[in-house]
Amino acid sequence: MRILEGEGVRKYFGGLAALHNVNFNINQGEAVGLIGPNGAGKTTLFNLISGSLPATAGEIRYKGKKITGLKPYQICKKGVARTFQSAQLFAGLTVFENALAASLFGKKRAISVPDAEKEAKELLEFVGLSTVGAVLARDLPVANQKRLEVARALATKPELLLFDEVMAGLNPTEMAQAMELITKIRNKGITLFMIEHVMKAIMKVCDRIIVLHHGSKIAEGTPEEIATNRTVVEVYLGE
Amino acid sequence: MDIVRVVYKRPFTLGLLFLVLILLATIPLYVPPYPVISLTSVIMYIVITVGWAIFSGPTRYISLASAAFFGVGIYVSAILGQILPLPVLITFGGLVSFILALFIGLLTLRLKGMYFIIFTFGISELIRHFLLWWETNFMGTVGRWVVAVDHTTVYYIMLIISVIALLTTYLIRRSKFGLALRSIGENEEAATHIGINVTILKTITFAISAFFMGAAGAIMATRWTYIDPKIAFNPLFSFMPVLMAIFGGVGQLYGPVLGAALLAYLEELLITELPYYYMLLFGTILIIVILFLPSGLAGLIEKWRKRGSEGQYANTRR
Amino acid sequence: MGGIYALIAVGLGLQYGVGRVLNVSHGEFIMLGAFATWTLYTVFGISPLISLVICGPVLFVLGFIIHRTLFQYLRGKSESIGAFADNSLLASFGLLFIIQNVALLIWKADIRGYSYLESSVSIFGALFAAHRLVALLFAVGISLVFYYFLTRTRLGKAIRAAAEDPETAQVMGVNIHRVLAICFGLGALMAAFAGVLISMMYEMQPTMGLEYTIIAIIVVVLGGLGSITGSLIGGFILGLIGSIVTYFDPGLSLIAYYVMFILLLLVRPTGIFGK
Repeated sequence: MRILEGEGVRKYFGGLAALHNVNFNINQGEAVGLIGPNGAGKTTLFNLISGSLPATAGEIRYKGKKITGLKPYQICKKGVARTFQSAQLFAGLTVFENALAASLFGKKRAISVPDAEKEAKELLEFVGLSTVGAVLARDLPVANQKRLEVARALATKPELLLFDEVMAGLNPTEMAQAMELITKIRNKGITLFMIEHVMKAIMKVCDRIIVLHHGSKIAEGTPEEIATNRTVVEVYLGE
Repeated sequence: MDIVRVVYKRPFTLGLLFLVLILLATIPLYVPPYPVISLTSVIMYIVITVGWAIFSGPTRYISLASAAFFGVGIYVSAILGQILPLPVLITFGGLVSFILALFIGLLTLRLKGMYFIIFTFGISELIRHFLLWWETNFMGTVGRWVVAVDHTTVYYIMLIISVIALLTTYLIRRSKFGLALRSIGENEEAATHIGINVTILKTITFAISAFFMGAAGAIMATRWTYIDPKIAFNPLFSFMPVLMAIFGGVGQLYGPVLGAALLAYLEELLITELPYYYMLLFGTILIIVILFLPSGLAGLIEKWRKRGSEGQYANTRR
Repeated sequence: MGGIYALIAVGLGLQYGVGRVLNVSHGEFIMLGAFATWTLYTVFGISPLISLVICGPVLFVLGFIIHRTLFQYLRGKSESIGAFADNSLLASFGLLFIIQNVALLIWKADIRGYSYLESSVSIFGALFAAHRLVALLFAVGISLVFYYFLTRTRLGKAIRAAAEDPETAQVMGVNIHRVLAICFGLGALMAAFAGVLISMMYEMQPTMGLEYTIIAIIVVVLGGLGSITGSLIGGFILGLIGSIVTYFDPGLSLIAYYVMFILLLLVRPTGIFGK
């Protein structure tokens, strides 16, 4: 089933076209990568999907239903979650409170506080943060902040998860742990759409890769296809 | 959550609060009128400040519309004072402010930071000038007379309003409502991405905050008996709660109460003798607090507490 | 009047656009300028035009010092730009209280005024009061000089660079701390000038500051936060609107401003030239 599809998506900032007639689709259970040089429009696309920004034109559908034009909180409740390039945590709240908030509000049907607390605890364990529950989010090191963002996103019980450069700023050990986490998430049946610059990660994890450049899709295919695609290689080497 | 555990650990505090409440409730019986009237003013400031903190505390949106809501309450009282019985009047004053806040909130709560602050201040001033213009042109005279009520009744009503306000603050803080508000204050964009309907939440909280200010205004008008736009919408009522709340510290429930109580008391002391000095003092206090005490008095107190109990909690918490 | 608004707005715009400080005590500086002029004139007999040269620099220095000490300390302490903006706003509130009440203590709360160049001048058949013309002349003159300063001189360019991108400017060798403080001082300077000019035309009270601060804010938003030229033009526009409205009904002028302000914020918060 197509869990996410975009048709004719355009985004203009004033006169500048950030996204230029982009078409894409993602099937349930897939892990799709989104790559492209800086400024290609990747995060903008995520912003459109999650509702942070309105699309100038075009339509995005989640499970067949139009989500363009909805507010972020509505899209979240439908089952789409995302992380941000620079971790957008609730800095002054504790790690536990961060997860709890997402658990309480992110679902279609509200759950009770005790249930949410249990769930938050479980999620913190899942991502490996159970020992630092009482620490303020702002005091966490970068890798843990990313984990917290993931936990928070997971707390909203998503079926589709948008990862925006989750590997950025991680050292090799942390990256390996992140990859493990991603595998665990996939095993739960969650569809992944990932923006990444770390090629190794994308090649290993994703079933398919979409390549953006200057706001347009220039290639799409399996990791092997993309790795050998001349246009893609040129675009990256040329930068 | 942390707050829940804290309450269970301090039944002593609850008992103390109860005692204070009884003390305050019985004061008019054995204290001469003048201090009671002063105390009413102090409690009024507490209500406005606590009301302000209900919204502006967790969400970090600094609202300068307090004067607008307070003034509206005053005017409701002035206009309808002859017709409605007192309790209804007060509630109505609160309600009108509530509705006004809903309206303003829906209009402006998408403005961020600086814009919001300026806008809320502009609203207060707009209403003031508008009423001034209206009264000069359509009513011939500026200002109204309000039905007077005896000071004891005013005191009790103000006390009741303050208790309700504090209770509301407490309940909000403890609830998931409060967590959502704090999330909005920490990172609004992230909050909206985890499913929080930020607009509705902000607007309702803003309106709740306004309700208390309106109610306070409605009852206070009966004390002042003569009001005009300049008195009712005095920008000072927008600035003072901010100052008092920051001085007391918005992080804790008692912060705004402490700040308001101290500064209002100070005002009562100085206003007759040295009116300009007290404002000067306030300005200086504000700057000192901003520079050196960002979490206000409450922040300071909490630091002392933590230092004191560090030993005890060493095993349990971390 | 537009000219004066422009001056005030440019002053505030400088402080906000570059220093990111929304100085709500701006109006108080204006008030100080006005009262200083009054004192100088009535007590010492010094012409207001000369006062321009005296008060301006004095308030500039005052502004500079205040920024150096208060706001830069705050800047260092704040965790983010947003927090700094809020804190500095509150701090400037504190300033407002302090300055206004010091003034109240010195000059008491009475309304004061003086007359200077009151005679009428006829231009193209319309009658104008001489002092208004002089004020307009000076306002425009100062604005032009300032504009020249911003675009031509090195310091001016440094300021604009700092407004655009503080970090890069620093890397390029601009002493950002000094530039910011200078901007703040310049803001005070503008306020001083405006105060002097206003004192020539209107009566004054120590509480007059707030109204002008609000007008300044409205103009800055109208012209676009961060754009100095915007503030200039915005000032003139607002002044024009004010004059028109006052013609019909004097009490409505402030209301008109506010309504326009509210509409502006709702429809186009970035203003005319905003980024």
